[in-house]
Amino acid sequence: MTSFSNMALYALTVQQPSATQQALPGDFLGNNKQQILTANGSRISILEVSRRQKGFHEIHSQDVFGIIRHVDKFRMAGGTKDHIAITTDSGRMVTLEYLPEEDKFKTIHFETFGKSGVRRVIPGEYLAVDPKGRAIMVASIEKNKLVYILTRSGQTDISISSPLEAHKPQTLVYYLLGLDVGYDNPMFAALELDFSQSDQDPSGEAYEMVEKELVYYELDLGLNHVVRKWSETVDRTSNMLFRVPGGPDMPSGVLCCGEDNISYRRIFNNPSDVQRLAIPRREGVTEDPSRKRVIVAGTLYTLKGGDFFYLLQTEDGDVFKVTFDAPGGNVSSIKIKYFDTIPVATSICLLKAGFVYCACESGDRILYELESLGEETDDPVYESSQFPADPSESYDTPFFRPRPLRNLTAVETVPSMNPIMDMEVANITMEDAPQIYTVCGTSARSTFRTTRNALDVLDLIESQLPQQATTVWTTKLTINDEFDTLIVLSLVSHTLILKIGEDVDEATNLGFVTDTTTLGVQQFGEDCIIQIHPKGIRHIREIQFPEDDSAAVHGELTDWQTPPHRSIVACATNNRQVAVALSSGEIYYFECDSDGSLAKADEEIALDCPVNCLAIPDVPEGSVRAYFMAVGCGDQTIRIFNLSPDINGEILKSVSLQVVSAQPSDISICYMSDKTSRGLSQYLHIGLRSGVYIRSLLDEHTGDTSSIRRRFLGPAPVRFARVTAAGDAAILAITSRPWLSYTDPRTGSLATTPLNYSPFDSAWSFESAQFKGVICIRGDGLRIFALDSVASKTTHETIPLKYTPRKLIGYHDEQVYYVIESDNNTMDPRTQSLLKGHANGNGVDHDGDAAMKSNAADGDDADGELPPVDFGHPRASGRWASCIQVVDPVSDKSVIHTVELQKNQCAVSAALVAFESKELEPFLAVGVATDLRFSPTYSYKSGSVHIYKITEHGRRLEFLHETEFPEPPLALLAFKGKLLVGIGRDLEWHDCGLRSLLRKALRQHCTQTRIIGLKTQGSRIVVSDQQQSITYVVHKELVHPNKLIPFADDTIARWTTCTDMVDYDTVVGGDKFGNIWMLRCPQKVSEESDDSTDGMLLEQTADKNGFLHGTPNRIDAISHFFCNDVPVSIQKTALIAGGDKIIFWAGLQGTLGALIPFQSRRSFKMFQQLELALRSDEKPISGRDHLAYRSYYIPVKGVIDGDLIERFLVLSRDKKEGVVAQMEGNFEVSEVEEQIWNMRGLYAF
Amino acid sequence: MADKLRAQQQLESLQTRYIGTGHADTTKFEWTSNIARDSLSSYIGHPPLLQYMSIGLGQSREKTRVQLLERMIQPVGKPPEPQD
Repeated sequence: MTSFSNMALYALTVQQPSATQQALPGDFLGNNKQQILTANGSRISILEVSRRQKGFHEIHSQDVFGIIRHVDKFRMAGGTKDHIAITTDSGRMVTLEYLPEEDKFKTIHFETFGKSGVRRVIPGEYLAVDPKGRAIMVASIEKNKLVYILTRSGQTDISISSPLEAHKPQTLVYYLLGLDVGYDNPMFAALELDFSQSDQDPSGEAYEMVEKELVYYELDLGLNHVVRKWSETVDRTSNMLFRVPGGPDMPSGVLCCGEDNISYRRIFNNPSDVQRLAIPRREGVTEDPSRKRVIVAGTLYTLKGGDFFYLLQTEDGDVFKVTFDAPGGNVSSIKIKYFDTIPVATSICLLKAGFVYCACESGDRILYELESLGEETDDPVYESSQFPADPSESYDTPFFRPRPLRNLTAVETVPSMNPIMDMEVANITMEDAPQIYTVCGTSARSTFRTTRNALDVLDLIESQLPQQATTVWTTKLTINDEFDTLIVLSLVSHTLILKIGEDVDEATNLGFVTDTTTLGVQQFGEDCIIQIHPKGIRHIREIQFPEDDSAAVHGELTDWQTPPHRSIVACATNNRQVAVALSSGEIYYFECDSDGSLAKADEEIALDCPVNCLAIPDVPEGSVRAYFMAVGCGDQTIRIFNLSPDINGEILKSVSLQVVSAQPSDISICYMSDKTSRGLSQYLHIGLRSGVYIRSLLDEHTGDTSSIRRRFLGPAPVRFARVTAAGDAAILAITSRPWLSYTDPRTGSLATTPLNYSPFDSAWSFESAQFKGVICIRGDGLRIFALDSVASKTTHETIPLKYTPRKLIGYHDEQVYYVIESDNNTMDPRTQSLLKGHANGNGVDHDGDAAMKSNAADGDDADGELPPVDFGHPRASGRWASCIQVVDPVSDKSVIHTVELQKNQCAVSAALVAFESKELEPFLAVGVATDLRFSPTYSYKSGSVHIYKITEHGRRLEFLHETEFPEPPLALLAFKGKLLVGIGRDLEWHDCGLRSLLRKALRQHCTQTRIIGLKTQGSRIVVSDQQQSITYVVHKELVHPNKLIPFADDTIARWTTCTDMVDYDTVVGGDKFGNIWMLRCPQKVSEESDDSTDGMLLEQTADKNGFLHGTPNRIDAISHFFCNDVPVSIQKTALIAGGDKIIFWAGLQGTLGALIPFQSRRSFKMFQQLELALRSDEKPISGRDHLAYRSYYIPVKGVIDGDLIERFLVLSRDKKEGVVAQMEGNFEVSEVEEQIWNMRGLYAF
Repeated sequence: MADKLRAQQQLESLQTRYIGTGHADTTKFEWTSNIARDSLSSYIGHPPLLQYMSIGLGQSREKTRVQLLERMIQPVGKPPEPQD
């Protein structure tokens, strides 16, 4: 018996995670240029940076369906490109090669070495590659190390040896590096710590004495084994190693970085010879001069002549340049100099083209251009001779003064939502589709972002027309022209023609019929132009502009008049063909004669219904005419007629018919690129008056339509314009707002995305010498814009915030958001200003001298405030900086009000409450913790709830009162006109009094650990616990005192982060380990909880039948899914205009995802089979078993992985056939593709 | 008897191969240390978790990673005095 879950979901990633785990430059294409390989979440991508294209271009990106832990590159001797070595949670060593021609990753090696999963002793946490590509070492955090030897066998094959072991039990590895030793035996360096002594010593002395060692492992290629060659004790705080170039006349060895310590070491060195540098500290009144820095990221860069330097970044973001003085390979000293300050990065990539790519830990990733190598700046230089080799000896602390960028200039930013701290989908601006509001980033780089599903356009020209226009065309003068010359505007009762030159002027004497409206304009034949107007067709020969002004001369004019009492209602043209539809239902067809004149065909079509629209495609290259004409008829049909003679030599015969759901408003036929072997196919686009857009494949030979895609675009008739977007043919669909229908560059399937542009009435493509774009009109406004990139389907609007945002509370009626923000270990502004005031007070002279000092050598403004966005807030251990900000994302698009919290308080929760006792006026309740600490354990001094009165239409907050609580209130919720507060394990219900909150109900020990979230529907409250999943609580208000009775909880410990109620009984939520789950309260339990008004019985059973401090009932899990990101917010919402409700979630690493419920068992079964087939036929390249990956902690249940399903779209044709053949139910590839498209197209984007 | 010996050998090989494999005389200290070390290495190994903690602590990921590694040295405090 097959059993089904009663709920099935389709999990789709709407936006890929953007938290970079690692990034490194290399030549993965083999074209002698550098690309950047980045690992984000479970996705590896190759990016190309070029000066010509200005910025980034993603060459390839693929989900590996595994937790990527480390990536590195290697190049075999004599190889022309870099290969990729990757370790994931698959327990396998996988090496990949990127094949640019086929645009895919090829697995070279696939070596299983251990259990799957991220485990303590399974190698994979560290990966190091010999710079000559001869060996790879993988290591685990504790004990295990494996070495693989790579050898070239034959011309192209690379063979890999079985692993050599270099285990050392009870040893922690901090860092692993492949040393540059030239062509000597490959050597690896590891930072290790042996804790075996400390584990045995009860006195704790051994723990104090543990030493960190720098261990050199040599791979003896001759003997084929690994030896622990040498080790030396290094600074206890060492955390990172950098390779020093080796080989002839090069020093070789490592740069070992620790706290306040950068030292050069090499194998067999004498401890006294070690060159050591201390890390310079920031000068400034708000800086603690004794705070030591650590290096968190960096890169080595080798110049052409063999010279090299390092860029090392501290945790503050300051980048230092470290250079070597090493004549003949003997290091005599090393130097350090301040370089610039950039955001804290996980990886810094220095490219040969002079770019620096900073994969920031938080916020937008930035590409810098290297202006200079830091030689010109007058920042102090510190040498290793100034510092003792032993960091415990005393030395003069080096300092530097941070300053704005001097050596780098930011050239481009790649938008990144990472980390998302909270999210809400809402339609506060009343657009047709809701917007996604997120708070992202950390510390001073935090932002509030409004994300819309729209394509960004480049606005070029905007100008005013003398009159309101309805339609616009552009045209060339002759077939050989490269660019458009004329703009034709159809006004209310006449036609206006503009000439595009250096200026755009009204052109005269063109021979057009100007005292009527125009229906169509077309460059016809060699050098003619035709104008179609309601009463006929004007054919004009040889328009020329003999002088460079706007007066034209033209050749012969020919007119074709419509039969009496009839007028033209629709027309379709191309360079050689014209079709016009008359009000009486006839369609006349014309072709181009040999001399360029119009020749009417003898045949005509007579329809017994009105014709709404016509379409003829462009003449295909190499033929004399297009083969088909599409007619949109008033009887809700689309008919296709042939224009080239069929086997009987007849034309204008109906070849196919398609019935649509409403009257067609416009049709268009064009070639668009797709995944077929030819690369493009002919598509028929149908727009309906109901706002539905239909795209179908129009067979070039038979005229049959197939693979139909439908989508509702907006509540207005759809009209089309054929345009070019990012170099590809696309269709602009104009309805209540403009949409672009194009081919998704990543999947090659159809994508429809609205434009981030104001609505317009009519548009046409526009090509001039300067740009290719789209011309559009609305009323009397004429605008030209370009569609340069279709890579991103979303647009962002960003508002900077002050500190790390924690929660987002929307006040939708007033279109504002309240954001609570707090930063740990950060100095609050009050202390800052105190310190600054103190410094200034001491140095009155200093201020007085300012004028005199202005011409001093020091060019930097001594008192100049360094913007925290670039330099961060000043640090202060154990201190909090926290505030509440009011953000207006609609009209002001900025922060409009800030309330700073004092006394080392930090905001931890917030809710908008309309207190019943205060005439339902809205108040903002903010949960606050004082002296909060997370390390070594969660501790605090006290907690309280601040109540703020909301004034000035939500734009101001007035402090009303503060109520103390024994524990920080981590969850607040408006509930029945009062405030529900989660205080530690207790759930309390409060009303607002004059001076404090007044408790109305209390439930002690509501959950097991700590209440961190509350949701409600009716009298039911869903309480989420930090560790113990969720508890259902019912509120009984008809008894005194009011009761809050927990009646159902979960069987699994889930470290809940966010929840939402999908319906009265069902809750969807996410946990810290990256799972998304859906739980449901059993029907009977649910009914019983609402049975009685006093809850006496419920409470009694709870007391009597509760198990292990839990409730008497258990809730059922109905679905479960691992998403490899920490969901921070989850919500049931519709995402697109006219779309059904889905579950939308945001992940910490910048992921936006959707869970779409299946509507039918049939489609669920189809997807289930497809997923099953793809799991075996399209195995993840990480070597991870897909089912195991999605079942990382708990077996996946009731969820189909849409990301895997969408891999189907990029498979080759025969592989698709193979996959579909495995499925039961006689599916066809096109049918499967349509279903896949529908799942994304109709619910998400 | 041979079976028993064999089982014993297998267990021993498991114990050397996979640290944390228990035996009859596993002490509370060993057991809790193992659990704590496993958890800590899991926090380091799962990038989203490491990031989550780093944001909470207001410091860079590398710093959090090193702090967690340091905690692995003696995660549950000093070992107990040997019992005789």
